[in-house]
Amino acid sequence: MQMASAKCVGLRRQGGVVNVIMITVALLFMVLFLLLPLITVFAQAFAGGISGYVASIVDPNTLSAIWLTLIVAAVALVVNVVFGLAASWCLARFRFPGRLALLTVLDLPFSVSPVVAGLMLVLLYGRQGWLGPWLEAHNLKIIFALPGMMIATIFVTLPFIARELIPLMEEQGADEEEAAILLGASGWQMFWRITIPKLRWGLLYGVLLSNARAMGEFGAVSVVSGNILGLTDTMSLDVKALYDGYNIVGSFAVASLLASLALVTLIAKTVLERQFLGRSTKEEVSA
Amino acid sequence: MNDITGINRRAALLTGVAAGLGAVLPSLPRAAQAASKLKLLNVSYDPTRELYAEYDASFAAAWKAKTGDDLAVSVSNGGSGSQARAVISGLEADIVTLALGYDIDAIAKSGLLSADWAKRLPNGSTPYTSTIVFLTRKGNPKGLKDWPDLLKSGVQIVVANPKTSGGARWAFLAAYGWALGAFGGSTQKANDYIRALYKQVPVLDAGSRGATLTFTNRGIGDVLISWEDEAHMAVAKGGAYEIITPAKSILAEPPVAVVDANVDRHKTRAVAEAYLQNLYTPQSQDLLAKYFYRPRDPQALAKYAAQFPKVDLFTIETFGGWQAAQKQFFANGGVFDQIYGG
Amino acid sequence: MSLADSKPGPGLDLGLGWLRRGRTRRHILPGLGLSLGITLFVLSLIVFLPTAAMVGDAATLGVGGLIRLLATSRVLGAFKVSLGCAALAALTSAVFGLLIAWVLVRTRFPFRRLADAMVDLPFALPTSVAGIALSTLYAPNGWLGSWLAPYGIRVSFTVIGVYVALTFVGLPFVVRSVQPVLQDLEAEQEEAAHMLGAGRLQIFSRVIFPAILPSLTAGFAMAFARGLGEYGSVIFISSNKPGVSEIVPLLIVNELEQFDFAGAAAIGTLMLVLSLVILCVIMLLQRLVRSSRHG
Repeated sequence: MQMASAKCVGLRRQGGVVNVIMITVALLFMVLFLLLPLITVFAQAFAGGISGYVASIVDPNTLSAIWLTLIVAAVALVVNVVFGLAASWCLARFRFPGRLALLTVLDLPFSVSPVVAGLMLVLLYGRQGWLGPWLEAHNLKIIFALPGMMIATIFVTLPFIARELIPLMEEQGADEEEAAILLGASGWQMFWRITIPKLRWGLLYGVLLSNARAMGEFGAVSVVSGNILGLTDTMSLDVKALYDGYNIVGSFAVASLLASLALVTLIAKTVLERQFLGRSTKEEVSA
Repeated sequence: MNDITGINRRAALLTGVAAGLGAVLPSLPRAAQAASKLKLLNVSYDPTRELYAEYDASFAAAWKAKTGDDLAVSVSNGGSGSQARAVISGLEADIVTLALGYDIDAIAKSGLLSADWAKRLPNGSTPYTSTIVFLTRKGNPKGLKDWPDLLKSGVQIVVANPKTSGGARWAFLAAYGWALGAFGGSTQKANDYIRALYKQVPVLDAGSRGATLTFTNRGIGDVLISWEDEAHMAVAKGGAYEIITPAKSILAEPPVAVVDANVDRHKTRAVAEAYLQNLYTPQSQDLLAKYFYRPRDPQALAKYAAQFPKVDLFTIETFGGWQAAQKQFFANGGVFDQIYGG
Repeated sequence: MSLADSKPGPGLDLGLGWLRRGRTRRHILPGLGLSLGITLFVLSLIVFLPTAAMVGDAATLGVGGLIRLLATSRVLGAFKVSLGCAALAALTSAVFGLLIAWVLVRTRFPFRRLADAMVDLPFALPTSVAGIALSTLYAPNGWLGSWLAPYGIRVSFTVIGVYVALTFVGLPFVVRSVQPVLQDLEAEQEEAAHMLGAGRLQIFSRVIFPAILPSLTAGFAMAFARGLGEYGSVIFISSNKPGVSEIVPLLIVNELEQFDFAGAAAIGTLMLVLSLVILCVIMLLQRLVRSSRHG
């Protein structure tokens, strides 16, 4: 039996030629579809040499796009963390009527087109939208200004943290939190001392994913940004604006910054998964 | 005890972050305001990036010299229709400088400026004109001289989508107007021509600039149909191209207007009106010619005659004005829609 | 500790477990009101109200107007392109995603972990960057495009470009959906099948494939949903021709740019309904995956 098992594991491990072919095809596909586009970005960004690259980045409009992107992402982050914790707390720890519907709706921003998201915001907050006259009367600018871009970004990133925390909370169970309450802890004490420490890596993971999306969002933001150079151009919009301005190197320079951010995100994500979330690729049963 | 300080630390940290954000965010617009008292937003169409980058700087300097006020002009560029849509939905443009009157009419219809905007400045509020030309690869290898040559077999034509690009609408009408004249006014034959032409279009970019870059940077197509200024700009940006001016084309008149509701709200009417009137001065007409727009001023136009070959030009009135043209050609179910699966 | 011990353990009552646990929790744990309040408030402001505005605007067209609009060849064509490309791209993602998940879990090769991390690139890379990179890469004068051009194959600025972009964005969904299930798969069944004389192909089709099918389908559905709504990467690489390569999100933007707000809202609403349907399918599939993994 042991021998048979060892033989089988052997079969699972090395299938000789077939495996080599499969690995080759899989890697070829990944090189074509993932690696080459990435390399293209950096190759084009440095087509004008290092100095051309640096000159593109320190352009005032580019710098303001970077700054704007950071602001929008920071605000989205705060809202997403608060929302993510609140949503996962009520959805993972309680059962109430309509919970399933809420869980489904939570995923909506993932599956709805970013363009539709932007359109919705225009139809609600735009000058001719439902809230338009009221906003105008109170001199509040939402669309084509910073708040609109923030709302659009929050829309597309809203589910990330909650989606990460809900399964984590369910897996961990509520025993410790219940014990704390029964021992007389207040709600906030329990929250800060038990819930947050238990969730911190999952929370960081969610923050990481939502941040990557927030900084790179294009579709939704493009509908609600007025594309005012230096004022409402985020980095991902700037990629297109620079390209349309015949500034190919500049466009790819900004793109390369965003690509670097994506790479950092991937590395941080991998580290988090391996070190803290126990999601590393399980080593197979050794024979 | 230890834990309790832990809570406090976290709470303090959060409060700190919140306070920090609270302090930074409102200060942003304030910082921008402090830097300049007067702000203007010019919402423009695609090819004018380079023109207004120079014009804004020189106008701001002149305004400062004249009034002592600092002026900061911001620009937003994009497809003409998309820009008008943004203004209608609340992009607070003080000035719109778009590709065609129809788009400013749409803004007027939404109540932001009065319907007679075109009468406020000379020449129907169009400080410059342009026309539609061909841009081919160097040496014009396919021998494309005029509109009928475009239908030669194997010729690939790059042009933007007339549904979204103002320049592409002028291009469509230039081709259609030529066909109407050539086929004795037969709309049937003109429709056939335009259908055959668009069958040879491999890419419909959303904007004029996108189409230019598809032709130049991506190396797609044998000929680009576009604004005269855009074709010159492509050559000026360095590339082996040739500009072919057809014998007959359309007089493209990109209009400008002050957006009443927005300038009144921003209290920028004076500077906004001066900004547009200044486009008609000899100095500005020279600047327009420098960026390959045909000056309105006959003297300036004569000065740059070498740059602007004589073309037999027809106007939008050939089609009964923009409202009628829009309805016949570009509205849902119009001639353009019929080309694709109609 | 003693208190925790005196409580009935979660494993004691299997049948009505979740119900009873839910009820006791509601008694003990605080914060339902606050957390639900925050959740609903944010969702209302960011999701519900805007959705209502769009559906409301679409409704102004009336049923007749809606049908007339949606039945135009341009709208039908865009849906045909979007659905077709998204389905084909999701299918490609499913095939290669399964292959990639398989080699990542079942084989060992140099840089395997790097490859594993790279799978998520389309998640992390902004769509506009992906679009501009892919369109440069596959343009006739690009690295890959110049290679394909002599064979008459054009990718950038054709409908194939749309397909490539959608495959790019859809790939990680399949890999990340299938991978954990493949890891969980018990060796015993495969071994048993092997001992009974089944060949590799037979083991795969009879034992492994049925086990991963729900997760594969869920991954396909997610890739499909994402592809249907994708905009940023597609507009850079597509030729945007009505009925040929014009996708629905682009059509919405085009409608908007022609000042047809109600038309844009109507098409947007139809997209929303489609998303909801796909979402429900994904939920059901994921439930199936979970129950087969843990149950």
